[in-house]
Amino acid sequence: MSIQIPVPATIDATLEMLTSENYVAGRALATVLFLSLRMQRPLFLEGEAGVGKTEIAKVLAKALDRPLIRLQCYEGLDVASAVYEWNYPAQMLEIRLAEATGEDDKSAIERSIFSEKHLIRRPVLQALGGVAGRAPVFLIDELDRTDEAFEAFLLEILSDYQVTIPELGTIKAEEPPIVIITSNRTREIHDALKRRCLYHWVDYPSADVELEIVRRKVPGCHAELSRQVVTYVQHLRQMDLFKSPGVAETIDWATALTELDRLALDPETVSDTIGTLLKYQDDIARIEGSAGRELLAEVKAELAASV
Amino acid sequence: MAEAVPAKISDHDDGRMVDNIVYFARVLRKSGMKLGPAAVRDAVEAVQVAGIGSREEFYWVLHSVFVKRREDHQVFDQAFKLFWRSRDLVEKMIAMFSPVAIETERKEKLKAGETRVSQALFEGHEKSRPPEEKPIIDIDARETSSGNEVLRQQDFAQMTALELAQAKRAITELTLPFDLVETRRYKPSSTPRRIDPRATMRAAMRTGGDLILPRFRKRRKVHPPLVIIADISGSMSQYTRIFLHFMHVISEQRRGVHTFLFGTRLTNVSRQMRGKDPDEAVDQCVGAVRDWSGGTRIGEALRLFNRKWSRRVLGQGAIVILITDGLERDSFEELETEIDRLHRSCRRLIWLNPLLRFDGFEARARGVRTMLGHVDELRAVHNIAAMADLVAGLGTKDAAAADPRRYLQGS
Repeated sequence: MSIQIPVPATIDATLEMLTSENYVAGRALATVLFLSLRMQRPLFLEGEAGVGKTEIAKVLAKALDRPLIRLQCYEGLDVASAVYEWNYPAQMLEIRLAEATGEDDKSAIERSIFSEKHLIRRPVLQALGGVAGRAPVFLIDELDRTDEAFEAFLLEILSDYQVTIPELGTIKAEEPPIVIITSNRTREIHDALKRRCLYHWVDYPSADVELEIVRRKVPGCHAELSRQVVTYVQHLRQMDLFKSPGVAETIDWATALTELDRLALDPETVSDTIGTLLKYQDDIARIEGSAGRELLAEVKAELAASV
Repeated sequence: MAEAVPAKISDHDDGRMVDNIVYFARVLRKSGMKLGPAAVRDAVEAVQVAGIGSREEFYWVLHSVFVKRREDHQVFDQAFKLFWRSRDLVEKMIAMFSPVAIETERKEKLKAGETRVSQALFEGHEKSRPPEEKPIIDIDARETSSGNEVLRQQDFAQMTALELAQAKRAITELTLPFDLVETRRYKPSSTPRRIDPRATMRAAMRTGGDLILPRFRKRRKVHPPLVIIADISGSMSQYTRIFLHFMHVISEQRRGVHTFLFGTRLTNVSRQMRGKDPDEAVDQCVGAVRDWSGGTRIGEALRLFNRKWSRRVLGQGAIVILITDGLERDSFEELETEIDRLHRSCRRLIWLNPLLRFDGFEARARGVRTMLGHVDELRAVHNIAAMADLVAGLGTKDAAAADPRRYLQGS
């Protein structure tokens, strides 16, 4: 419990740490992550859905043995649900109590009503409450879903790691949390916020890396099948689809095929399980036709040639 | 050499590294990336923390600090390759930025800027198609359409002060249909609907808790994002100037306005439109767009919009205003699929058609008929002479006339 795992000292160590938790990352990502840990800067990750942005925070929390605090953003996220809220029923009770005991010192009542025991801590406040050496990993997920007002509010937290509660004063983190911000780019995040972070665009992985991911994440998957799956998905990403499948979809598909005890891809299997890979009807319709068959033949030919 | 203990900046050729990072940042800034002094300081710190390892590591260390948008990756990549190549090149760069640079090297600088600009413009297209300088021929191309791509530059008369004042007034009066959405944020209210517990407790403390009077709040209403996609092909050329000014004034007065122009290709001009001065904004748009008054490919433009932009700008319940005459030449199937997709991904699709001139208009053109089935409203403006006409056409008055089905019946 008390043993602290220090943050990695070199880029190689960072890469090793990620790999030990079954997260296959490129050198680029490891470098950025290393820097954000050492410079204590928030890490801003952008990328298509399902490329493993959220996973990084989870892996980091596990590898460093830190608590993970997650703030899922949504439209209209406000201070009451993101930072803190007062426990109103308890406050009312406190007032009644003060009345009953005949307490009439106004400031004493105020102090007892707006005291820490009535404070409900929401994710942001929790993230600032870390003990030195064990500051939590604070994941702000899908920041693009909330509005500009909340973004502006985050500025104070991300630069000074403190929040101000009018009735209580300023709360400052003993040690700044490790902040990971993700965005799907459904709108642009303001430059002022990005400026405070280290930025990284998480791209689709290359075929080799993706094969390694499937090997680690779906251990039961037949070697030949996983190669076919990865090549197929890589080809799909070349096509002009409305939504290309992410790594998460590849893993889902490989898992589904493994569960179905398949050893190789065939047209029927592909069309039965395509729902795990493509989520738009237009895209599915394109693959169901002759284009899908051609694609599969192409994949098989390519794999045969490479052996 | 990379695997050993990374060298620290300080024991590396006394301060030259820091200088080079500063020069490198200046190169990036010159090529259009937004970098402040803070970024330079961060970069030096980052290099100090990570040490100078392999070239690749160094690349990503600087990348993580300098690149803040995905679009900047290309510029950074090019600049990095150029700048950190060899010693004499660095020398050259330093010479380049010193005030006594000789003429040839000034030229080089200009070229660097130029390529970047053309890169930004022709992302994914072949490089720098020279704009064809066509003599200006006054042909009224309304109600004709063509699918041919003609690249042309355009000049617009500047906006007079009177026009600007009128335009601003007209826009403030503009109320679009379904133009206010309730958010989950609250503001104080006097109508007893929802209790605001926080305000109630605060107010109660003022009396020391003797009197707890309820305070109320209500949902805050905001304008949803607005996306304007305007046709600038030859058949619409007469109105383009007014559209541009309209887009500029509305971008200034509302938050979350995105503007796109299309003829044969689609250009996002939202950033250009944010310039404060209307003439400057229009000038910048003119510089960004290559297909003024050319042909129309509505289906193709919408397809590009759906693929590249819809997920980035249509979030949070956007209203889309599509300004076009609907005179598509070919690919009606594509038009149908794409307008359908657009319709399904936005909150409300308003089609503003400036060419519906007569009350007895019938939807005869095939493109028009195709699009009619997939819009929420069809706004017809009979003759746009000024912004006021445009705004009147978009406003909520006379909403029944905007029903697109009206035009589909009886024909």
